[in-house]
Amino acid sequence: MLASQNNSNDEMLTNDGIPLKKKLAKSLFKSRLRAFGLVTPLLLLISLGFVFPILVFLTRGVYNDTFEKYMINLTPMLAEWDGKTEPTEEMFEALVLDLVALKKSKNIGKVASRMNRELSGSRSLFTSSARKAKKLEFPFKESLIQVKKKWGNLDTWRAMKVTSHSLTPVFLASALDMKYTADGTIVQKPEERRIHVRLFVRTLEISLIVVIAGLILGYPVAFLLASLPIRISNLLLILVLLPFWTSLLVRTTAWIAMLQGQGVLNDMFVVFGIATDEDRFTLIYNKAGTLISMTHILLPFMILPIYSVMKTISPSYVRAAKSMGATSWTAFWRIYFPQTIPGIGAGAILVFILAISFYITPALIGGQDGTMISNFIDYHMRKSLNWSLAAAMGGVLLVIVLFLYWIYDRVVGIDNMKLG
Amino acid sequence: MKFLNLIAVTVSALVVATVATAGSITVVSWGGAYTKSQVEAYHKPWAKKTGNTVVSEDYSGGLAEVKAQVESGNVTWDVVDVELSDALQGCDEGILEVIDPSTLPAAPDGTPATDDFMDGALQECAVGNIVWSTIYAYDKTKFDTAPTTMADFFDVEKFPGKRGMRKLGKAMLEMALMGDGVPASEVYDLLNTPAGVDRAFAKLDTIKDHVVWWEAGAQPPQLLADGEVTMTIVWNGRIFNAIAAEGQPFGLVWDGQVYDLDLFVIPKGSKNKEAALDFIRFSTDTKRLADQASWINYGPVRNSSIPMIGTYHSDSSINMVDHMPTTEAALKNALQNDFMFWADNGEELNERFNAWLAK
Repeated sequence: MLASQNNSNDEMLTNDGIPLKKKLAKSLFKSRLRAFGLVTPLLLLISLGFVFPILVFLTRGVYNDTFEKYMINLTPMLAEWDGKTEPTEEMFEALVLDLVALKKSKNIGKVASRMNRELSGSRSLFTSSARKAKKLEFPFKESLIQVKKKWGNLDTWRAMKVTSHSLTPVFLASALDMKYTADGTIVQKPEERRIHVRLFVRTLEISLIVVIAGLILGYPVAFLLASLPIRISNLLLILVLLPFWTSLLVRTTAWIAMLQGQGVLNDMFVVFGIATDEDRFTLIYNKAGTLISMTHILLPFMILPIYSVMKTISPSYVRAAKSMGATSWTAFWRIYFPQTIPGIGAGAILVFILAISFYITPALIGGQDGTMISNFIDYHMRKSLNWSLAAAMGGVLLVIVLFLYWIYDRVVGIDNMKLG
Repeated sequence: MKFLNLIAVTVSALVVATVATAGSITVVSWGGAYTKSQVEAYHKPWAKKTGNTVVSEDYSGGLAEVKAQVESGNVTWDVVDVELSDALQGCDEGILEVIDPSTLPAAPDGTPATDDFMDGALQECAVGNIVWSTIYAYDKTKFDTAPTTMADFFDVEKFPGKRGMRKLGKAMLEMALMGDGVPASEVYDLLNTPAGVDRAFAKLDTIKDHVVWWEAGAQPPQLLADGEVTMTIVWNGRIFNAIAAEGQPFGLVWDGQVYDLDLFVIPKGSKNKEAALDFIRFSTDTKRLADQASWINYGPVRNSSIPMIGTYHSDSSINMVDHMPTTEAALKNALQNDFMFWADNGEELNERFNAWLAK
């Protein structure tokens, strides 16, 4: 009783008797609702058109129910099987039943493809056995082994056991050059089949070099743009923006014409005696070509944020430093440069994140040692049709980017980033 | 009233548009000189005969787009030109329509289609149209003595210069073994053993630093023409086109060729299935297949078409029959691509090939 009295004494009431706090919250709620209503279309677009499909696709990297969905009789038996003893007659019978059903429903290829990823040679094992499955008779174990000897092989059954789990680390392991075995251990793949880790490292390396090269090339340009009189700097800005507006494909192809063996650059080297006509530089279809063209293509993303931050720095700071006796270098390094760091941070992270997922340029001029992880994600999307592996690789890439973003936030601080 | 008129006009325009698209099919093929040969020999006559229109689209092979269309239920392609291995895999996965070969037209002498087509050209879901081949070609101006064998391709001492190769394990591994002196007939037996695969990669290793890798079929003639490479692996039709139509000084070598079939398929759920079937029946009859051969030197898959093959469309001095991958001279040391081998081992070998490339 006392408490409520206290309460009513404390609160200010509006003239219609409602506590002011409540009234304020009510009117604020209305305006919040209106604001939310305004962003709803965008929110819906992003969640339905961006976040949701990405999440759905990423789940493919850990979940593939092809085997479980189609091998309905065999899957529960494989779950009970220990992976060491000889498979029983019942398991063979279930297998034959499934094969017959799959042949009829024309889904055998789906299971065969899925199995072939686990164990090379399973595709023809499944498709050809399915063709004959209808005529097989008791005892199924012997008759199936008679069709294909591989059915008597424990490795075939272990591979089926691994594949029968829908929720599986198989693809994530494969994205990191490892193999998930039937007894639940994860082992490294043989040397000659390891590729992804090397590509992830190379992708990070290329992205980092592009960022550093972009900084070295872009910083002076941004400085020039910011310090020149507006009429000239606007003209120069157009020169920066013009390639920025040109199609990526056009710029990449232009670099091919510039860099190739019989290209403009090499012709000039020959004219000036730097290279001989027979022994020209290999500037394309390798890492060098990828680095050169990616640096050029991403340069505007470095220049523009640095430029817009530089524009906001008042020249009086440097003047003040100089008037107090600082040399030009000290004035630049101690006074001017620290103020441009937010721009450098923004440019660097923008270029890095764009570079890490770069795809068209390395595909066209990467050759053998200039391709990046995104080219292999594309390879598994379009060529090998192993979408689960592509999703797993994409997931790993996403985790790497988020991790680097986190480190960046810890070291530089994300609030320290400025786009203008 | 004006508004109503506008609606009426729009509606009638839409109706006309739908009628127009009802008789339109989308045929997808590999682009370049090859698509042109199909447009001239198949699309135009069929469109003229039926009054339908054919929309031609290019792709670079593989089942990814077909799979995506079928799985999303939005099938926009009606006929696709695919390789044999893809035709079989697509059929097994249920993403292609079944085509009854008995509905195909018979040969002019009455031989039923099922006997007229060469082995493997009629599949449950696919009808063959050409035999194409992966061979190697060289720039005549760069060498005094012409290369003649597959081994010469791998000999950068005797025949200096860069090499163009396809960025895919298929056919490259076979050619590496043949370049190492393995006769065509033993290649797949050897590739089925780990030692054989090691040997193929070891052979590729010897020229790895000299290779420019290509992915699209139009690239290798361009690489040769630009002087980027002195020899390149290439599809035989593309290089013939560069020689006959563009007058390039290229020579080609049939020794160690790897030949394969291209087939027409219909993605499951095609909205114009009947028209697509009609198109396939029309295009794979004896005359059209023979006509197509005068635009590009890919061999027709019907036996009855071979005597009807004429001369090159723009140069009557070139007898097309002599340039087919299936002539006796060309088949002396030739290998038919083993689709079963690649269906089973493609994933593993391509993985290893890619790992080897990235090293």
